[in-house]
Amino acid sequence: MSVVGHTPPPFFKRGPAPLTQLVFFVTLSIALLFADLRFHTLEWARLAVTTVAWPLQRMAGLPVAAAGDAGHYFSSLTTLQTENADYKKKLLATANQLLRQEHLEQENMRLRALLDMKARQPATGRIAQILYAARDPFSRRVIIDKGVQEGIVAGQAVIDDIGVIGQVTRVFPLTSEVTLLTDKDQAIPVEVQRNGLRAVLNGAGAGMMELRFLAANADVKPGDTLVTSGLDGVYLDGLPVAKVTRIDRDNSYAFARITCEPLAGVERHGQVLVLGKREVTPPPPDEAGDAAKPGKGKRVKKSQNRKP
Amino acid sequence: MMQPTHSSRRILLPARAWFIVVSLGLALFVNLIPFGRLPLVPDWVALVLTFWCVHQPQRVGMGAAFVLGLAMDIADGSVMGQHALAYVPLAFAAAGLSKRILWFPLLQQALHVLPMLLAAQIIMVVARTTGGGEFPGLLYFFSSFSGALLWHPLTYLLLLPQYRPVERDENRPI
Repeated sequence: MSVVGHTPPPFFKRGPAPLTQLVFFVTLSIALLFADLRFHTLEWARLAVTTVAWPLQRMAGLPVAAAGDAGHYFSSLTTLQTENADYKKKLLATANQLLRQEHLEQENMRLRALLDMKARQPATGRIAQILYAARDPFSRRVIIDKGVQEGIVAGQAVIDDIGVIGQVTRVFPLTSEVTLLTDKDQAIPVEVQRNGLRAVLNGAGAGMMELRFLAANADVKPGDTLVTSGLDGVYLDGLPVAKVTRIDRDNSYAFARITCEPLAGVERHGQVLVLGKREVTPPPPDEAGDAAKPGKGKRVKKSQNRKP
Repeated sequence: MMQPTHSSRRILLPARAWFIVVSLGLALFVNLIPFGRLPLVPDWVALVLTFWCVHQPQRVGMGAAFVLGLAMDIADGSVMGQHALAYVPLAFAAAGLSKRILWFPLLQQALHVLPMLLAAQIIMVVARTTGGGEFPGLLYFFSSFSGALLWHPLTYLLLLPQYRPVERDENRPI
């Protein structure tokens, strides 16, 4: 409060008024939110800061990692022995398939060559360890211990021993961030293993997934297994993804509500395999261009109509 | 320098700038510990920020809140601006109410702090769910309650360096 012609003495100077500061910083925050949510333009800043703060982040992770290690240390010998025996039994059970796998793959390749079909893409991968779940409670993400230095690229699929768990969405020099299938923004093209019905599976939060945009009378039953269809060029085809748990066929809606449960240990920690990037299939001929043109034409027409 | 604290008998030494910075940095570091989705883990940065905004409103304000918010966004891997958007009103409220809050005993101060922490969390939930995030469940809000419970011990801890004079003198009243 200054009387006209008198500025307050410097002793009382406290910067801009609190309300001005509030409006300024809130506006700035909202602008940042928009820039990050809509346009994803701030990844470079995130990458830079994360790289610098990497040792700190590692140090903060130490107590949790130490607690986990202590837990392992005290797990009794008998548990480990039974686990080991279980693994051996499992190995023997699958040995039959494993031994014939190579033979079948080569046979498949020969047959495909005979039929002049495109060769199936070989599956390569890197084993990574899940370090921790990201703290952000609004999304489902985990951090794995392989990054740019190990050749990880954003977009690679991540699987565990049972099925798909997610996709690499951000890569840092030494770590990368995997968005789990149960994240609300994550979608994966799948097909029903029983009849080959194609659909898109979306995360629904709370550890569940939802099969969207399938007609109310679509041929899906509870207990059906969903596998990747491989149409997107990201996931290899035939990887198990989820099991249908519940179907609500309400006739008042055009689509059925199909709830699914992930097969793989999506919400558990452990070892995962980051699959190699698939070769990009050539884009369909100029579909986007065609789609954009009618929109433009319409707008032009409208404005022309408005003029007279 | 008369400062109302939980007991108005006490006259405090001025807070040191390096202690404020170190305490905020330490809170940020503790927040980096990956607890995953464990409820009841308080947001230490919000808590320490509120403390300094209440006790030193002229030194720690909305600028610091904004910078800390951005740091938390990067540390959490959340959307940029989310924590900043929540911390700035938190700092505004804490600094604005500091004159009032400091006259109350510590438990009642905690009752003032609780709605501020809750409001910050609600702002984050609204910002993220409108941006397409999933609702984290009601357990998420428990961290505000645990934070308010920690107000009492935290006040003692953070005021500790201000309690004692630099050199002891039996004849001096402070």
